[in-house]
Amino acid sequence: MTQIHELGALELGKKIADREISAPEAVRHALGRMDLLDSTVNALITISGRSAYQQAKAIQKRLDAGEKLPPLAGVPLAVQDNISTKDILTTCASRMLHNYVPPFSATVIDRLVAAGGIVIGKTNLGEFAMDGTNETSHFGPVLNPWSTDHLAGGSGGGCAAAVAAGEVWYALGSDTGGSLRHSCSHCGLTGLKPTYGSVSRYGLVANASSLDQIGPVAESAADCAAVMALIAGPDPKDSTTQPMEFKPEPVNLNGLVIGLPEECFLPDLQPEIGKAVQAAAHQLAVLGARIEPVALSLGEEAVAAYCLIAAAEASANLARFDGIQYGYRPADPKHDDLSDYYCHTRQQGFGAAARRWIMLGTLILSAGYYDRYYLQASKARRLVKENLQKALAQCDLLLTPVAPSTAPRPGAGPDDLYNTCLANIFTVSANLSGFPALVLPCGLDHCNLPIGFQLIGSAFSDSLLLSVGTAYQEATAFHQLRPPHVGEKT
Amino acid sequence: MTWDTIVGLEVHVELATTSKIFCGCPTLFGRPPNTQCCPVCSGFPGALPVLNQQVIEYALRVCLATDCTINSLIRFDRKNYFYPDLPKGYQISQQHQPIGRGGKLVITTDNGDKAIGIHEIHIEEDAGKLIHDPQGKHTLVDYNRCGIPLLEIISRPDLNSAEEALDYLDKLRRLLLFIGVSDCRMEEGSLRADVNVSVRPTGSKVLGTRTELKNMSSMKAMALAIAYESRRQIKILTEGGRIRQETRRWDENEKRSFALRIKENVEDYRYFPDPDLMAIRINDHWIKNTRELLPELPDAKYQRYLTTLDLTAYEASILTSHPALADLFEATVAICGRAKDVAGWIMGEWLQECNQRACRPQDLKVTPEKLARLVRLLAEGDITRGTARQVFIQMIDNQADPDDYVHRHNLRMIRDIKTIDAAIDQAMAAHPRSVADYRAGKNKVRTFLVGQAMRVLQGKADPALLNRRLLEKLNTPD
Ligand SMILES: [Zn+2]
Repeated sequence: MTQIHELGALELGKKIADREISAPEAVRHALGRMDLLDSTVNALITISGRSAYQQAKAIQKRLDAGEKLPPLAGVPLAVQDNISTKDILTTCASRMLHNYVPPFSATVIDRLVAAGGIVIGKTNLGEFAMDGTNETSHFGPVLNPWSTDHLAGGSGGGCAAAVAAGEVWYALGSDTGGSLRHSCSHCGLTGLKPTYGSVSRYGLVANASSLDQIGPVAESAADCAAVMALIAGPDPKDSTTQPMEFKPEPVNLNGLVIGLPEECFLPDLQPEIGKAVQAAAHQLAVLGARIEPVALSLGEEAVAAYCLIAAAEASANLARFDGIQYGYRPADPKHDDLSDYYCHTRQQGFGAAARRWIMLGTLILSAGYYDRYYLQASKARRLVKENLQKALAQCDLLLTPVAPSTAPRPGAGPDDLYNTCLANIFTVSANLSGFPALVLPCGLDHCNLPIGFQLIGSAFSDSLLLSVGTAYQEATAFHQLRPPHVGEKT
Repeated sequence: MTWDTIVGLEVHVELATTSKIFCGCPTLFGRPPNTQCCPVCSGFPGALPVLNQQVIEYALRVCLATDCTINSLIRFDRKNYFYPDLPKGYQISQQHQPIGRGGKLVITTDNGDKAIGIHEIHIEEDAGKLIHDPQGKHTLVDYNRCGIPLLEIISRPDLNSAEEALDYLDKLRRLLLFIGVSDCRMEEGSLRADVNVSVRPTGSKVLGTRTELKNMSSMKAMALAIAYESRRQIKILTEGGRIRQETRRWDENEKRSFALRIKENVEDYRYFPDPDLMAIRINDHWIKNTRELLPELPDAKYQRYLTTLDLTAYEASILTSHPALADLFEATVAICGRAKDVAGWIMGEWLQECNQRACRPQDLKVTPEKLARLVRLLAEGDITRGTARQVFIQMIDNQADPDDYVHRHNLRMIRDIKTIDAAIDQAMAAHPRSVADYRAGKNKVRTFLVGQAMRVLQGKADPALLNRRLLEKLNTPD
């Protein structure tokens, strides 16, 4: 018999609505899985079992009273620990916020909770979702449920690992340069980086404000669509949000043109990834889509522009962590001088990687460098967007790999910032342009590590992406593959 | 050698919007610390700013009233620096695309009108306030002021004396009050001026090294600070020294300024566009609408009072010093005419009462309609000025109706010659020494006798008539 954690989010939601499984039972099951697995995987920083259980009981009461609730009501979810949750620790995996409990919830959390969502845990990530790896977490790295010799990817590895390990049925993460998509790809999950402005950022602790976007992580595109239906849409608290229509409907792939940028299949690409991605394209062709080669430069200039803009914005966004109002305070009480106090707070509160980003960003914005770096990067950013627009004028969607290689081993990543960023070569364009990008699993490599591919669409084509993803998953079973060993007794 | 003083003003004015610039918190002054703030204005992680449109509207009014060129696309930038009163570690301001540039404000000098250039007007958010605890152990932060909308109005260095700077600030204050964007209270900090001062030998075209003066909490303090700084710089240069570029803090008790920090390398605020806020397009339609809604500006009002209402420059200047006075004046004149009489009453009795009660002109609860009737009673000779004052107090304190009060208390002016003569006779009979003194050539005692006769009639006698009759009687020996 299928175990509860093997169900998709929508499937569990239906069983809860049909009262085959109760919401408290789902919560108990999730807590049991966390108990069993999380000491190995380290996907979670905080488990909010008690409040989750109470919410579940309240929801069950409403269901028992015959009330009809939205599709995901009663389904426990995990939330990346840089998304504010009222009365639940929100640490950003940093010592700086190790004790910070927000007095308010992010808009996405308010919306999910109003629809019966139950926040059961806060997931681990690279400190402040920076740096493309989760090894910078103050709480240690997130290991991959598929192989604990490998990382879950990142920076937001915790939300993908939690779903892949069957600890929760879906999760919310953030994506600044590809973080959410990388960890989905490395953990065999489906994840969407929505169009910039389609999901409110209110309550997301900002890393790089013009690039950050919250998105869903789940087993399938259908589950992601169900989450998007609840969280997307304009928010009066975030003036960068825009009205958008989110109506994923079944699509016929006949006549859909999918562009395949040939430049993606570089020699550096792990050959198995190239093959799996080509196979995914072939599968879509079998379903009726026309696959066309497109000229699209995925040059390093996009990565460079990303690095500079992300660092510049992060340096200002993280300035508020000064030890005055909340968060970490240095133990040493002798701080006669204000600037000493700031130095000690920030030196001790931030990890090395965060400090490196802040220093880089501070330099980029300094007099004499602003024009040379920040303005140059902004121009490059416009070019990246124009190129992507041109490519998307010739086709409906673009299909690319997600990462040049499958899940990395701990400590194996490059030491310098630029090469770390280079791993994001396939993903940063969607952040720089604001366009939506969906990651879908499409195979396993020789180590049995998942491989994913990416579909990029024009602005506000999020529903189309998810519909195409659903069509693909109706014809394939990669998204149903489970990590073989972790915690399974059989 | 003679020296010229060069002064430029950076005026920060708090806009009187009902809520803050990027959140819904109220902008009330003097509330208990940290009771007027929310996650947005106190810089909590994840909180985002949302622009209050009224701020743009108010800023637009100021730009139009000072003839600035309006930027059709404005943006907000982050100004990065660390200070405990700045909870985000940056201030949202405008550096690259401010709302207005290149305006002017006309001031009055001894040599006639002078246009002072306005270099730039930009919008920003205010910071909080540090409170030093009386025991001196801690410094506390009050975030109530964080996110109050500010306009920074930067003049060109076109001012040449403390007097000109004062007049500029006064003209600016009047303008802001009349267009209704600020209450401009220096003592509450809703209007703050930082002053740049330098000196140079008369005739020189090169600007000298300037210093920046801060912490002047009144117009008077600003004038003193400029005069002090100009003298200080001239003394240093005359003695062969050089001026250091520095910020100086005015000490109101000591009446002198002290150097705060030396600005050898200019602070780098690392401005960049705030990605949380969208650019705002200000189209011609918006500008046209705002221009049409601008009220008559104080300079135009002043001219109109001089030319069509025949007021003196002094009267026109006082009445255009605050919209409450101008509004009261115009509403009253609209009912009873008699601009001179109304102006006289407002500038005399009205302001005097405000002074005595330590209240603002608009706080006396007397309607223009009642004031008009009081002025009419006085001007038409129905009551004496003394009676009018007495009635006015009743109007303020007890909402008395002037006509009704005069009638019920029988306060109409006495013009009956017999009654007046009788009163004079009584007064003269009671003070034979004074009568004798007058007749011996001491003219001054006449005033005393007028007062005595008036007293007999409880101050209600027609003063001109009483004067005339008394004079006649005094000059006619028995
Ligand atoms: Zn607020």
